Amino acid sequence: MDTSIWRALIYLAGLLAFAGLNAAYLGWCERKGAARIQRRIGPCEAGWAGLAQPLCDGLKLMSKQLLVPEGVDGIIFRVAPVLAMIPAITSLVVIPFSDNIGARAMELSVLLLFALASLSMIAVLLGGWASGNKYAIISSARAVSQNLAYEIPMLLTVITVVMLSGSMNLREIALDQQGGFWHWNIFRLEHGHFLTMWIAFIVFFICSVAETNRAPFDMAEAESELVAGFMTEYSSMGFGLFMMGEYLNIVIGACLTTTLFLGGWDCPFGLTPGVWWFLIKIYILIFTFIWIRWTYPRTQIYRLLNLSWKILIPFSLANLLITAALIKVF
Amino acid sequence: MERQEQTRRALLALFPEVITTVIPIEAVSAEQSEVAPREPGVIVTDFARTGSSLDVLCRPDQVVAVARTMDAEGFFLEAISGVDWIERQQLEVLYDYNRLDGQQCRVLVRTLVSRTAPVIPSITRVFSAADWHERETFDFYGVHFQDHPNLIRILLPEDADFHPLLKDFMP
Amino acid sequence: MTVPIHLRHDETFVLNLGPQHPATHGVLRVKLTMDGEYVVKAEPVLGYVHRMHEKMAEDGTFIQFMPNTARMDYLHALAFNHGYALVVERAAGIEVPERAEYIRVITVELNRIASHLLWWAAFLLDLGGFTPLLYAFDDREKIIDLLERVTGSRLTYSYMRFGGVCNDIDDEFITGTRDFIKRLRSRLPRFYHDLVTHNIILIKRIKDIGLITKEQCRRYGATGPVVRGSGISYDIRKNEPYSVYPEFDFDIPVFDECDSMARYMVRMHEIEQSLRIVEQALDKLPDGPVMGKVPKMLKPEAGDFYAAVETARGSLGHRLVCDGGKNPYRLKLRSPTFSNLSLFGEVAEGMLLADALAFMGSLDLVIPEIDR
Repeated sequence: MDTSIWRALIYLAGLLAFAGLNAAYLGWCERKGAARIQRRIGPCEAGWAGLAQPLCDGLKLMSKQLLVPEGVDGIIFRVAPVLAMIPAITSLVVIPFSDNIGARAMELSVLLLFALASLSMIAVLLGGWASGNKYAIISSARAVSQNLAYEIPMLLTVITVVMLSGSMNLREIALDQQGGFWHWNIFRLEHGHFLTMWIAFIVFFICSVAETNRAPFDMAEAESELVAGFMTEYSSMGFGLFMMGEYLNIVIGACLTTTLFLGGWDCPFGLTPGVWWFLIKIYILIFTFIWIRWTYPRTQIYRLLNLSWKILIPFSLANLLITAALIKVF
Repeated sequence: MERQEQTRRALLALFPEVITTVIPIEAVSAEQSEVAPREPGVIVTDFARTGSSLDVLCRPDQVVAVARTMDAEGFFLEAISGVDWIERQQLEVLYDYNRLDGQQCRVLVRTLVSRTAPVIPSITRVFSAADWHERETFDFYGVHFQDHPNLIRILLPEDADFHPLLKDFMP
Repeated sequence: MTVPIHLRHDETFVLNLGPQHPATHGVLRVKLTMDGEYVVKAEPVLGYVHRMHEKMAEDGTFIQFMPNTARMDYLHALAFNHGYALVVERAAGIEVPERAEYIRVITVELNRIASHLLWWAAFLLDLGGFTPLLYAFDDREKIIDLLERVTGSRLTYSYMRFGGVCNDIDDEFITGTRDFIKRLRSRLPRFYHDLVTHNIILIKRIKDIGLITKEQCRRYGATGPVVRGSGISYDIRKNEPYSVYPEFDFDIPVFDECDSMARYMVRMHEIEQSLRIVEQALDKLPDGPVMGKVPKMLKPEAGDFYAAVETARGSLGHRLVCDGGKNPYRLKLRSPTFSNLSLFGEVAEGMLLADALAFMGSLDLVIPEIDR
C-alpha cells in the first residue's frame, strides 16, 4: 500500500469534493425528482435546468445570521451540526469505489462504518437536547429510539454478508462478488444462499431508509407535527450542515448497500468493471430513496418500532441462522 | 308532525299554570307583541316561514328543566344566541334545539333576563355543547351562567373588559 | 390505539400546539398536557382570528353583509352566501327564479368538491404525504377557473344576491363543467383511490383513530361528515330540503365505523355525489331570469328567522332577528366547525400526539369559521 503524502492529499481533496458535490447536488436531485413525481417542473430558473440552485441556496444560508436562542447549551448547540457531518465524511474513507480507487481498505471497515453511524445519531440527540425546545426534545427522543431499533436488523444482515465473504474488509467483500450478477450477494446462486439473501437485501434497504430518517420513517423531522423536529431552532449554516449530513448519510447508505449486496464496482455481465458501475448503482438506489419519500405518508412511531422489533429482527435472525447452517453444511 | 306534537306535549308539562292554545302565525307579529308581552309557554310556528317548529318562552330558572326535557326527547343543542333589547332593558337568550334522527323538528327556546344583572343557570351538565356556546354568549353580552365549569372568554382576548354585542357598546 | 393503562398525571408537561403551526389549518392554539407522547388533556384556545362579523352585520344593511359571509369559511364560501341569502329571503318573502336556484346548486356543489379536495390534500400533508397536495390542486384549479368565469373571484365569492345570483352562466361554463366532471371521474380511481385510499400506511394511520360515538355527536351538537362517519344519516339537503335539492337524485354516504377512516370515506364519496348533482343540474337547467323581484331597500318584517344549509363541514345556521329596520337587529351564525371542534377535548384524551393530529385533520377544521 502506497503511503506517499501525495496519495493522501489527493484522496483528501477528492473525497471532500465528492462529499461536497453530493451534499449540494443531491438536494437538486431531490427537488427535481419530487417535482416530476408531483407533475411540476422544480427548480428551473437558477442556471440551466436549475443547476445553480444549490449554489444559490448555499450562498443564502451562509449570509443568514446564525441565531443562538437564549437558554440553549452554548457549546453543544454549536457543535451538534458539525458532529452530524463528521461521521458521514469520514465514512467515505473506507468505501471502495473501484479496484484501484479506495482511500483505505481497513480490515474492520464494516465495524468502523457502524460506529460512525452511531456517532451521527448522537449528533441528532445533542442537537435536539441543546435547543431547549420541547418539540426538538420530543423529536430527538423519537429519532434515537428509531435509530436504535433499526441498527439491530441492519447489523444482523451485515453479519450474514460478512460470514459469506469471510472478512469485514469492504474491499474484500466487493472482490468476492466480482464476475457477473449471479455472484452478487443479493443473488448468490451457490449453495442455496439465493433463497434468503434477497430478504437480507430488502431488510437492509428498509433499515437504511429508517437510519437516515427518510420518509416514510421521518418521524424525527415530521414537518407537520413537530415543525422541523430537532432542527427547529437552527438557522443558517447550522441547518445547512444538518441537511448536508442527512444527504451524505443517504450516499453512505447507498454505497454500503452497493458494496455489500450489489457487487460494488462490478458490471452485471462481468465485462467492464469499474467505478462508473459503482456510481450508476448508488445513484439508482438514491433515486429509489427519493421516489419512496415522495410517494408514501409517514408511519406512526409505534408502528415503526413494531416493524423493526417484531418483523425485521425475526426475519434477519432467521436469515442469519439459515445462512450459518448452509455455510456449515456446504 | 308527530314528533312536534310529542315534544310540545312534553314541554307543556313544564308550564302547568298557563293555558296555551295553538296560535296562528298572524298573531305573532310586531304590533301584537308590542301591545302585550308574551306569556311563558309553547307556541307552534310555521317551519317554512320562520325555520322553527316550536317556539318556547320560559323563565330563566326553567332553562335547565327545558334542556332536560329536550335531552330526554333526543334533541341536540344547535346554538345559543343572545339578543340585546336595549329599549326594554332586557337581554334575550335563544336556545336552538334540533334532531339528528330524521324527524325534522327545530325548537326555539327563549328566556329574558334583565340587562343590568343577567344571570341564567347553565345547561352544561345536560348538553356538553353548551360549554362553548355559553362562553360565547358570556363573551359577547356579559350573561353570567351559573354553575358553568369554566366561564371565561372564548373569542375575545382574556383581558378584554367590554361586551361587544351590547347595543350601547362603542369601540 | 387503545388508551394506555396508566397515564401519569403528575409527570406531565404542557406542549403548545400553535397558534403558528403547520398542522392546525389556521390560527388555532391547542394546549396539550402531555405525558411523554400521550395526550392527557387537550384544550383548544380560540379567538386568534376573531373579527366580530356579527357586529358588522348589525352596523350595515342586509346586502352589505354578503361579502363578509365569504370570509368566514373561505373554502365553501358559496354555501355561506347561500345560507345568508336563504334566511333573508325567508324573512322578506322574496321569490327566487328557478334558473337562479339551479345555478346556485351548481356553484355550491362545485365549491363543495373544491373544499373536499383541499381537505384531502391538507389531511395527507399532515400525515406526511406531500404529493397528493399537488394532484388535488390540479383539479381544484380547474374548478376555481370555472367559478372565476362566473363569479369574478377565485376564493371569496360574493356571488349570490337576495332573489337570485348576480351573473348568469354562459355556454363555455357549461361545457367546461361537463369536461371537468369527466376529467375528475377518470382521475378519482387512479390518483385518489389507488395511490392514497388503498395505501397501507394511510390505512394503518387513520383506521380506528379518533372514535366518536353517536352519543358524543349528539351531546356536542356535531354535524356534517363528522356524524355521517359515525353512522348518523343527517344532511340538511335531505332532512330540511331547501332550494331545488329535492329534484335531484343523490345519496348521502354514511359509514358506521366512527373512526377517521370513516370520515375520510364519507368525504370521498361526497365528492362523487356532488358530481352527480352537478351533472343532473346541468341537464335540467331551465331558462329564465337569474334575479327575482327585490325592493330597493330591504326591510323585512319583525320576527325571528332561521335557515340552515349543508356546507362541506356540516350544518350552517343563520338566526336572523329583525325589528323592521334596514339593518339586521341580530345575526347569529351557527358555525358547524365550532361544534365539531368542541368534542376534540374529550376524544383526544389518551391519544398519541401524532394520532391526535390525524384526528384533528379528519375533523376538517377551518379556523376563521370557528372564530368568525
